[in-house]
Order: sequence, then C-alpha cells, then structure tokens
Amino acid sequence: MAGPMARGAPDGAPLLEVRGISKSMGGKLLLDDVSLSLSRGELKVLIGPSGGGKSTLLQCVHFLTIPDKGDVLLDGESAREMGKRNICLFRQEIGMIFQDFNLFDHLTARDNVAVALRRVKRLRKAEAHGRALAELERVGLGDKAGLYPAQLSGGQKQRVSIARALAMDPKVMLLDEPTSALDPELIGEVLNVIQSLYEGGMTMLMVTHQVGFARHITKEILFMEDGRITERGSPEDLLAEGSLSRAGAFCSKLSEVTGR
Amino acid sequence: MIDDFPQFLVSALYIVRGTGWTAALILGAMSLGLLVGMPLAALQVYGPKPLRAPLAAYVWFFRGVPILVLLYLVYFGLFTYAQGPFEGFSWARSAFSPFSASLVALGLTSGAYQSQIFRGAILSLPEGQYRAAMALGFTRFGAVTRIVLPQAARLSIPAWSNEYSILLKDSAIAYVLGTSEIMNRARSIAFLSNRILTFFLLAGILYLLLTWLGVRALRALERRLAIPGLGQGEA
Amino acid sequence: MGTIDFYLEVLIPALNKGFFLSVAIIVPSATFGVLIGILVGAGRALGKGWLSRALDLYVTVFRGTPLVVQLTVWYYGLPSISLFLEAHFGEGVRPFSELFRLSPYVAAVVAFSMCSGAYQSEYIRGALLSLKRGQYLAALSLGFSKGRAFWFITVPMALRRAVPGCGNEIIYLIKYSSLAMLVTLSELMGEAKGVASLYFRYFECYMLVALYYLAIVTVATVLLHMLEKRLARPFATGH
Repeated sequence: MAGPMARGAPDGAPLLEVRGISKSMGGKLLLDDVSLSLSRGELKVLIGPSGGGKSTLLQCVHFLTIPDKGDVLLDGESAREMGKRNICLFRQEIGMIFQDFNLFDHLTARDNVAVALRRVKRLRKAEAHGRALAELERVGLGDKAGLYPAQLSGGQKQRVSIARALAMDPKVMLLDEPTSALDPELIGEVLNVIQSLYEGGMTMLMVTHQVGFARHITKEILFMEDGRITERGSPEDLLAEGSLSRAGAFCSKLSEVTGR
Repeated sequence: MIDDFPQFLVSALYIVRGTGWTAALILGAMSLGLLVGMPLAALQVYGPKPLRAPLAAYVWFFRGVPILVLLYLVYFGLFTYAQGPFEGFSWARSAFSPFSASLVALGLTSGAYQSQIFRGAILSLPEGQYRAAMALGFTRFGAVTRIVLPQAARLSIPAWSNEYSILLKDSAIAYVLGTSEIMNRARSIAFLSNRILTFFLLAGILYLLLTWLGVRALRALERRLAIPGLGQGEA
Repeated sequence: MGTIDFYLEVLIPALNKGFFLSVAIIVPSATFGVLIGILVGAGRALGKGWLSRALDLYVTVFRGTPLVVQLTVWYYGLPSISLFLEAHFGEGVRPFSELFRLSPYVAAVVAFSMCSGAYQSEYIRGALLSLKRGQYLAALSLGFSKGRAFWFITVPMALRRAVPGCGNEIIYLIKYSSLAMLVTLSELMGEAKGVASLYFRYFECYMLVALYYLAIVTVATVLLHMLEKRLARPFATGH
C-alpha cells in the first residue's frame, strides 16, 4: 500500500517515542520496560492476549496513567518534563479511542465533539459547532448531529468518538480495541473510518483483535504478553502460514474462534 | 436544677424510658401502615378500575400533607369532637388519647407510603407469576394473596428500613400532642433543668441508636426471609 | 361570626400571610440545602481520609436524628453556649457569644438547610458514584484538566441523575417547613394553629391548611417534573 509522501519522517526522528515504560499496580507488574516508536504517518498494531498490558500501555503513553518509570516523547517533547500542570497540553495532542466509546451521554453527538473545543481550546460557540459538524461529516455522521449517544448504534457511537478525538487536531491517535464492543455487522464502518484516517496520513497505535484488518493495513505488528513486547515484525513474517511465532499461534487461534 | 450526677442519671433514665412509647408509636404505625398499604397496593394494581382514582387520592393526600398538620387535624380536628358522645365511658379517654391520635396520623401516612412501596414491588415481579397462579386454578384473590404479596413483601424489606427511619423521626413530632415519648420527655427535662443542650444531645444519641438498631434488625429479617434468587439481578 | 365571614375575613387572610412566610423559609432552605448537598456529596464521593469521614459523620447525625430535635437544638439549645461563654469569659465575649442566639427565622432556615443538605448529599453522592469513570477519562484524554473535566463533564451528568432524588427531598422540605411553628414562627401552620385555638374551629382550620400544603406540594411536584423532563436525556438503560 502506497501512503502519501510524508510517510516516514525524512530526518528519521520518530513522532512518538515510548522509552522504557514500567508500571505496576497492586504489587503486580503490568508493564515491564516497554519501548516503541512511531514515525509520522505510521500505523502500528498491538496484539496479544487480554491482561497482557495493552490497554495499560496505551493509558501510560497518554499519561492518563502515570508510568512508574520511563518517558513518552511527542515530537521530541517529554511528557515527564511537562509536569502536572501542562500534561493536559500533552494529552490534547494525542487522541484516544476507547473500547466502550466513553461518549458523554448527556450531550448530543455534536456537543460531544464540540465540548472540548469550547472548554479546552476555548473556541467560540459557533466556531466550535461548525468544526464539530465538519468532523461528524468526515466520519459520515453529519445527519446524526442532534442525537444523543443512547440513540446511536455502537458503530455510530465509535465514529462520534473518533470525530471527537479528531476535532482536537491530534498528532497521534491511540485506539484501544475500537471494534471489540461492536456487533459484527457494525465493525466494518468503524474500520473504514480508521482506514481512511490512515490514508490521510494520521499516525496511529492500535490495539485490535481484527487480524485480517491488521494484516493488510500495518507494516509492523507488536505482540504483547505479560507486560512486555515479546515479538515485533511485519505481518508477513509473524503471521505467515506455518510461522513459529507466538503472535502467529495467537492469531490463528483467534481466527479459529471468530472465523476471520 | 440538676446539679449532681445521681439526679442527672434519674433524668436521663426518665428520657431513655420514653423509648417504650416511641417504639410503641413506630411499631403501631408500621403495622397500621401495613394493614392499609398492602390492600391499597394490591387494589391499585389488580383492583377494579373505578376504585383506582379514590385510592390514588388517598395516597396523594397523605403524601402531600405535613405530619404536623395531620397530628393536629386528627387530634383536635377529629378526636376532640368524636369523643363528645362517649363522655363518661372509661375507655373513651384512652381511645381518643394523644397517643392513639398520633398512631392514626402516623399510621395512615405510613399506609400511603407503604402502598407505594408494595406497588413498586408488585410491578417489579415478573407477570408470569400471577398468570401461572391463575393457570393453576387460583382465584384472583388467592393468586394475589398467596403468590404475589408474599414475594412483594420480601422485596419491600429494604424500603421498609427507610420507612422505619422516617417513622422514627416523625414519631418525635408527636410530642406536640403530649405523647410521653423520647422527645416529649427530653423537652420537659431540658427546659425544667435549663440544661437544654445536654438533654437534647442525649435524645439525639438515643434516636441515632434506634435508627441503627432498626436498620440492623430489618437487615437481619431480610436475610432470614430471603429466597435464593428472588430480587437478585434480572428477574 | 358566620362561617363564610370566618373564612373570608379571618382564616384565609391569616393563611395567606403564613403562606408568604413559609415561602420565605422554604426557598432559602432549599437553595442552601442543595448547595450543601453538592459540596458534601462531592466531598464524600471523591474525598479521602479524614475529610470524607467527617462528612460521613455529619450525614449520619443529621439523617439519623429527627429534624424536630435538631430545630430545637438550634433555637433553644445554642443559647446555652452563649451563657456558658459569658459565664466563663465575662461580658467581653458578647459580640461573639451573641452569634449563638439565633432568631427563630434564622434558626429555622439553618436547621432546614443543614438537615436537607445531609439528605441531598446522598443523592449527589449516589449520582457521582453511578457515573462511569470512562467518561471522565475520555475528558482527560481530550486535554481537560482534572478540575475542568469534573466541572464541565462530571457535574452536569451527575446533576441530571440526581434531579429526581433532590426534587423529592425539596418536597419533603416543604412539608417539614411546618415545624417552624414550633420555634414560634407564624408560618402557614403557625397561623392555622393561632386561628384554630382563638376561634375553637379546629377541624376547618387544620383541614384548610392541609389543603394549602397539598396545593403547594402538588405545584412543586409538577414544576420539578417539568424540570426533570427538560433535563432528561435518552440515557441508555440497563447495566
């Protein structure tokens, strides 16, 4: 797949760099010295058994959970050095998509997208609403702007949450199993949106069990288990027929179960 | 004046013994409320349609009027007149006493609230229960009293614990009629001795204790009567 | 005096006068009650350690004792503190000790606000605890600071969930405002009692005042339902 020219920063400096993150909670080591990096326009896929630390890793990358050790650099800026006060600025530049959407259920689709524009970016109301509508159009939900989350299907909810994250102009998007809570027939619409984001040059780190999707969209798969990234490589290497990798075994088991 | 400890103890004990009257008020009013509330709820759900409006009016009235007003209304507005023809009968004095007026006011109010509790419980039961009973040949009355209400009563116990603590606190208002319960005794001792804070704090602690005891007792009852699976999770 | 004259010239004017005092008691008490409820409820839901334990104690005491006892303490009990202070520290403490001698009106409003606040805090706390943490996390992920996420996301959601309970509590407050009569205030019930014992027309006076309260409570219920409807959102049910 040929991406835009910008893909792969010319100077070679990664856009997002995760350096040696460790995190333990309740005496259990959830992340053990995890490092990875993303170049501009790159999409990497994290797979692995549940409880392996994928969600915790995304939360730590976002500094929603503060890691015990290690740092995250976005465009060379260290999250650690931002301190407590400016960490919101860091978070603003990274968009997060949650497995169960976490839409604000008292706000319409439009206001879900607009609320952070108004309260965080301090845009004026009309401006925020205009931008929100544009983002909803982008995910194909321009006609659902006035509906509340409870009135939307799962797939539509997830697309609203993508629009909400996009409205903040993030440099990187973290997607935490964005399709796991969806009925099978709704998964496609969300994956299509993610695909078009990727083609538009968005840098993304995605946790997913959609092996087929991962296989065709990413150049690198990271396999995570017991808080460590144990394998990394191209889908061809890791998931090839007869491959001896843990990732390959995990994925073939997955597709046995789900038939994908 | 109360200057020494023995005297204080006597006064305190006098207040504590008011618990008997308070308990009598609560238990009496709860029983009366149960007697009124259960049929009220059953009739509101299963009764004939024309009956529903008057029943709803009863609930509306007793939920909307302050207990203080009801106490005065029952005692001064009804009992003092009703007593007239029975002047001279020895039983009339106790039948129309402040205590029984308090019991009626608290009990009828509680009946309105309890009917709502039961109604909610009945409606939360799966409809199949009633239909299954009918299918077995129960009469309407039998199905309601034998199958529906026993289940509804169990589901109502948590709400009862709330009703108990409301009654406990409302019973203190009955002091205005002169029932010799905790609040009434605390007031007389407090104002007589001029140690107002001391004795009201004592009364407050007593009420806290009764709240706690009642909640515990009802929780124990709930556990004793519990039927595995009833009222847990989705029905 | 004829019955019609009694109603038109004595009872109804008296009750109308009492009605205004009742409103003057209820409105500030309900307002302070809700404000106290929000602060205490938030403190109990989110606070840790001694703060939340102190707030728990406040709620236990004010919910566990009858309002009529609390009201009596505020009005008749607190002046004992003034007497104590003056006896021990001389007349010099008067400006301070006078603070404990509340007027009947202030005592009633303080008593009702404090008691109502304890009950309201339960609804606020419950609403806050019922919220899913994910929505707060989502706000943080969008760049909200913790404070702004709480104020702009958590509070509006919690208030909506708390409205039915808080409204109910205000209805209770309206009814219990009649207790103000017991600290010498001539609000609705106070006026009714005054007229009743002056004219020996107990049933009529107490029945009519009952209808007044019924009307106020009914109107308030309708208004609160309208508010509830306005604030209602199609929330997902279940779970």
